[in-house]
Amino acid sequence: MNGVKIGDKIFSSRLFTGTGKFSSSAVMQAAIEASESELVTVALKRIDIGNAEDDILQHLNHKRVNLLPNTSGVRTAKEAIFAAELAREALETNFVKLEIHPDPRYLMPDAVETLKAAEELTKRGFIVMPYIHADPVLCKQLEECGVACVMPLAAPIGSNKGLVTIDFLKIIIEQSRVPVIIDAGLGAPSHAAAAMELGADAVLVNTAIAASSNPVAMAIAFKLAVEAGRMAYEAQLAPISSKASASSPLTSFLSNNK
Amino acid sequence: MTFFDEIAKFDRAEVTRKIYATTDKQVEQALAAVPNVSLEQFMALVSPAADKYLEQMAQISHDITRRRFGNTMQMYAPLYLSNFCTNKCTYCGFSAGNKIKRAILSDAEIIAEAEALTKYPFKHILLVTGESPRKAGVEYLANSIEIMNNHFEQVSLEVQPLERDEYSLLMDKGLHSVYIYQETYDKERYPLYHISGKKKDYKFRLETPDRLGEAGLYKIGIANLIGLEEWRTEAFFTALHLQYLSSKYWRSKYSIAFPRLRPFTGDDSFAANYETSERNLLQLITAYRLFSEDVELSLSTRESPYFRDNVMRLGVTTMSAGSKTAPGGYSNYEENKELEQFAVNDDREIYAVEQAIKDADLEPVWKDWDRSLFKR
Repeated sequence: MNGVKIGDKIFSSRLFTGTGKFSSSAVMQAAIEASESELVTVALKRIDIGNAEDDILQHLNHKRVNLLPNTSGVRTAKEAIFAAELAREALETNFVKLEIHPDPRYLMPDAVETLKAAEELTKRGFIVMPYIHADPVLCKQLEECGVACVMPLAAPIGSNKGLVTIDFLKIIIEQSRVPVIIDAGLGAPSHAAAAMELGADAVLVNTAIAASSNPVAMAIAFKLAVEAGRMAYEAQLAPISSKASASSPLTSFLSNNK
Repeated sequence: MTFFDEIAKFDRAEVTRKIYATTDKQVEQALAAVPNVSLEQFMALVSPAADKYLEQMAQISHDITRRRFGNTMQMYAPLYLSNFCTNKCTYCGFSAGNKIKRAILSDAEIIAEAEALTKYPFKHILLVTGESPRKAGVEYLANSIEIMNNHFEQVSLEVQPLERDEYSLLMDKGLHSVYIYQETYDKERYPLYHISGKKKDYKFRLETPDRLGEAGLYKIGIANLIGLEEWRTEAFFTALHLQYLSSKYWRSKYSIAFPRLRPFTGDDSFAANYETSERNLLQLITAYRLFSEDVELSLSTRESPYFRDNVMRLGVTTMSAGSKTAPGGYSNYEENKELEQFAVNDDREIYAVEQAIKDADLEPVWKDWDRSLFKR
């Protein structure tokens, strides 16, 4: 299995993770290490960027882990661009997970502001990873403005509902020329495996790991599910049939006429 | 159209009657409706009939809260700037008629308070004053917020109601959120508690969250003061207020508190009209959570350590710790304690509360905002 390339980096693990909702930084660190994830998103608002001893950052100090700062909390393109610049300076990375959700209840991404911010950030040399609805047209527009991937949601963030948007995700995967990372709503390893079988390039999972009773074991379960799903995709699934194939009642006349 | 018009559509006596007439079947239907509980069904959740379903309500509330908020608890500290007040309110220690020592902090004293608090990990601060526009008006508040910006990441207010443009101005200074409690939604009985002063104006206070929504505050906190009126009906109107606000001003977050009356110093001693037990309070907290998956539920040091420690996993998302309710209380408690609004019930020191939170397998979150990110 090959890795997935985003911007200038190749990630051998196709499981990306997050840092919120854990019961302690120590549990977070253990779960992320167990997941073998190489790209871990962290909310800028949660960390003390001026402080080298920030508790979250210290627990992410692992050579395998690349930080993916996200702009969670901003409501406009302008705020997102400002946040991205701060993150680049403080964390020395061009990667940014662009999240603009003016609605604090369901954290629904704002397509208009996200597209605006993505246009500007790509011009400024960022590796932009936008969190968006499973909107195939928006994905193509973002692709045209130079984002490194698209991150459509499977279901409302934190809902653990699985591949609710599956019909649109299939279209996005079919059409996309940049990696498709399915983000938000994956609640079980089986959801992640199914996403990978569809042909997603990677998945991002946070709540399902952090809010489980055993985050370390759940992290390993997701790692295995993502690997299994990818392997199945590469091996190509056998076609689905609801019953055993009958002999050929409609075309048998062709061979019977001797 | 404001919430004043919305609440006018409801007959309070009829709401109370419905709540008390709730059957077991209606409670079960409400529980089955989670997470899409209607206002009608919310009545069932706060009814006497729901009492025997409390264990089930607590379990659902726990599960929803962990999934939505994770294993975390947001932390803040209140900072009292002034206890001057021109309102006469029967239940409050700061009441104008109450012969207590009054003080308002100077810049140097505000900085001393901030420095005393930043010895601890606090990054979210709630500034509190009585209502005295001449002593602690918009300019004073703007200046206080600017001072706080040097010490904290998120600054909130619990002060007198202001005009929309004043809120906008304070947001430009760095204000994040505002908590404004209606005390009671009962229009007829509101004047019995608010004898004189600007707070007498029920409508102006009731419409304050509308003005906050129009000004675009990041978070708006509402509540009623538990003990003034019968809690179940008040809870309904608080839930109605939440639903009205969150659909109209959808960019803001919402917070609900459930302050129970506490004893205070002074001549005008006031006893709660209605007893609300800890069991009632837990029913209320879990009912709010079943009604709204995402509303912040905030539990202050008005409650006992025992109650706080046991309820912190059951729906609550935000707590204060080590609170002092007197201006100057953090930098010099002994000298200033006679200025306090009420005696806290959980008087444990901050690290003891932090440890209790960790013992409940929750991570205290001290910072969830960054003032440099959200500069206007």
